[in-house]
Amino acid sequence: MNTIWALAGIVIKELYRRKDFYVLFVLTALITIAAGMVNFFDDPKIVRYVKDICMLLIWISALLIAIVTTARQIPAERESRTIFPLLAKPVTRGQFILGKFLGCWLATGIALLVFYVFFAIITGSREQNWPWLTYLQAIWLQWAMLAVVIALSLLGSIISAAPSSTTTICFIAVAGILLVGGHLNTVALHQSQPLQTIFYTIYFLIPHLEWFDIRDRVIYDWGLVDWLDCVLATLYAAAYTGLFLLLTWLGFRRKSLNT
Amino acid sequence: MKASPYLVLALMLAVCFTLATSLEPNAALWSNRAKSGNVFSLLFGDGRRMFANEFFTMADVYFHSGYYPSVFDLREEDQKEIVAESHGHTDSPEDEIKEDFLGKPKDWIDRFGRHFRVTKHTHLERGNEREILPWLRLAADMDPQKIETYTVGAYFLCQHLKQPQEAEAFLREGLRNNPGNYEILFGLGRLYYQNYHDIDRARNVWQLALNCWMKQDATLQKENKLGFEEITVNLANLEREAGNCQDAINWFQAAQKVSPAPDVLQQQIDEIKVKMAAQPSPTNSQPH
Repeated sequence: MNTIWALAGIVIKELYRRKDFYVLFVLTALITIAAGMVNFFDDPKIVRYVKDICMLLIWISALLIAIVTTARQIPAERESRTIFPLLAKPVTRGQFILGKFLGCWLATGIALLVFYVFFAIITGSREQNWPWLTYLQAIWLQWAMLAVVIALSLLGSIISAAPSSTTTICFIAVAGILLVGGHLNTVALHQSQPLQTIFYTIYFLIPHLEWFDIRDRVIYDWGLVDWLDCVLATLYAAAYTGLFLLLTWLGFRRKSLNT
Repeated sequence: MKASPYLVLALMLAVCFTLATSLEPNAALWSNRAKSGNVFSLLFGDGRRMFANEFFTMADVYFHSGYYPSVFDLREEDQKEIVAESHGHTDSPEDEIKEDFLGKPKDWIDRFGRHFRVTKHTHLERGNEREILPWLRLAADMDPQKIETYTVGAYFLCQHLKQPQEAEAFLREGLRNNPGNYEILFGLGRLYYQNYHDIDRARNVWQLALNCWMKQDATLQKENKLGFEEITVNLANLEREAGNCQDAINWFQAAQKVSPAPDVLQQQIDEIKVKMAAQPSPTNSQPH
């Protein structure tokens, strides 16, 4: 376990050494503050559009950080050939994969925490309301969803050699699931065979990441999701994360490391 | 060869001057275009109308606190509820059933997923209607010719948020962008009547609105009968309140010609006639 933590620590250090997070955070902060400063009909109590914009930017930023950070981990190690001394130490390929996953997930979690603290400060200062438990649920569910995304990106990074292509494909896949995934059953109903079966198969196979998006509940003050549902959703995310990590390990253990 | 920084500076100044002389005539044209529209029309051209519709829809989404059908949910495309509300419509139980676009869960994924979504049909109330305003403001900036934006915005500002001055300013902006529009004039008249209790001004504005409605071609008049009914019924109520009973009857009778419920209006006329009969000396005049 120490080996996995050591590998994860390197990935976390990489996050705060690189500029990606800072650029995205500053952009999010600037856009949110600029939006919050606009005066609509001389009414200072209007707040939901600021929450909406800020949450959208947080989701985009978190996805970018998660996918970009993960997609370059293995290709970078191979390209710089640091993977050879690393695996020559008593580090198995399974530990390597788990360490990279844990590092990326924790790094994304830290970034997410910073984003949400900013969100809470901005919205709390405007509406004088601090629904911490709702924020806790939102951050937890988003983080659980990002675990699936990170595992998927890790799987993509051992299939495709270039981080750019992994990033693009993962981003399209995740955005597609988030936007369309939950509606595939409705679409399938209006298709003829064999399209209907194909749509239904995809619908039941894909991880339903849209469950973890409770932005509407936060923006429109709908309150907490049932905690049992949160636990079940977390288990669902854990199952898909495990599956993708297993596939990554299966692919990686036989993979030639020469570039 | 190393260039002197002064030479580079001089070169840059020369480039700036040259660019300024060539761009200046175009810049003058831009400012003319900007005067005719706004910065969005300059940036997006006619494409901004698409954004305006999206922003107007966002206002309706906010009005429902996120409970809103997606493009995948099949729902009869009818009037947006913020528009219906601005015309005084409230949801009946049948409407509520019609607006339950989710229906029963189709499978376990759908059922479980609903625990995380907004699944309750509500409307903003108790001053929270203010949350729709930014989207209406943006919709108006994107498409200054979209009339509904002004009428709906003014309605919520007046009726729910008690900001008649802001509502008047918004309607006047709409009127500047759409001179002689009867819907905006009607909204303005309603503001004078209900919020400022200025009967004379309200009457004048509504009569102007009616004239503008009359100036439309026959096809548009046929399509916009509701507008005629709204103006005439409100004029009738105004005259009744002002004590001009005969004028009120005349306006109600005019409204009857286009109303889908003429019997209700007939009841109003009968009530006024009874009142007139009870009065000893009627002092009525012809409609203005």
